[in-house]
Amino acid sequence: MMRRFAVVMLLAAMLRALPAYAVTPNEMLADPVLEARARVISQELRCLVCQNETIDDSNADLAHDLRVLVRERLKAGDTDAQVIQYLRARYGDYVLLKPPIEPATWILWYGPAAVLLIAGTALVLFRRRGPLPAPVPLNDAERLRLNALLDEDAS
Amino acid sequence: MSLPDALPQAKSRWLFALLPLALFAVLVAIFGGAVFSGRDPAAIPSVMIDRPAPDFTLPALLDDKPGLARTDLGGGKPVIVNFFASWCAPCREEHSTWTGFAASDSVPIYGIAYKDKPDDAKRFLGELGDPYQRIAQDVAGRTAIDFGVYGVPETYLIDGTGRIRYRYAGPVTPDVLQQEILPRLKALQQTR
Repeated sequence: MMRRFAVVMLLAAMLRALPAYAVTPNEMLADPVLEARARVISQELRCLVCQNETIDDSNADLAHDLRVLVRERLKAGDTDAQVIQYLRARYGDYVLLKPPIEPATWILWYGPAAVLLIAGTALVLFRRRGPLPAPVPLNDAERLRLNALLDEDAS
Repeated sequence: MSLPDALPQAKSRWLFALLPLALFAVLVAIFGGAVFSGRDPAAIPSVMIDRPAPDFTLPALLDDKPGLARTDLGGGKPVIVNFFASWCAPCREEHSTWTGFAASDSVPIYGIAYKDKPDDAKRFLGELGDPYQRIAQDVAGRTAIDFGVYGVPETYLIDGTGRIRYRYAGPVTPDVLQQEILPRLKALQQTR
């Protein structure tokens, strides 16, 4: 019983395991509210050196500089949107992990839904073509033959 | 299903069966075009192009050469701004291009040592030569961020009005200098 409990606790502890952030303690802000905002903003910012990581996840030097920069802007009183705009002005949309919805990215955002819609429509149209005719019931002669065959089988 | 009914359908069925193949061919063309276009997917286009260079004032690296500030850009003539670092191998690779350029061309090259220890940067220039007319040190790397630098070396062409007109990320080889940098410099010198 004790052992089972210990195993369950261990598994629960593993579930609690947090993702390994590259943020080091000396980068963090003393104010937990600002630090939490910095984390949220960082999740949306791409590390420009290692392009599939957020600046929170990356150990790159530039990612470190950007984390510090984000916190500096927050301390200076910027809103979240202003911080992101600050980096967008320097690095463009590439710095955003989630591309903005604009005409150039419509195909990216709406493409999959459009394909699904087209495929779905095609499927419906294709299936509608002629419903299957209702099965014709057996006539008396056929029923007699079928019974004879079944009897033969049973004996 | 009666037989005469099935016959006219046969042809359209064939076309229908070819549809996935046609779609596949289209996808091959799209992805193949992207792969063989020679575009580097890791290259990030600069949003600073045609915008005024950011405001900055950086201290000098050497005692006998001035540092660099925003006010030094846009004096009526185009200049080259080159971010380098002694710890960056591609910077070593491109450096001879700049020493050669400085010896043959009158367009000034301004160097910014990016996140480098001053002694290391000085040793780097002592070893490989010094093509720069001004050398500043950006120890914090903040001016580089304002330029949109995401790695060294990076090279910017600034026109006579102080606008960034071109950015090259990566080592400037003699080929890059001939094909990308020189024609643009020439154009900038004519239209100012």
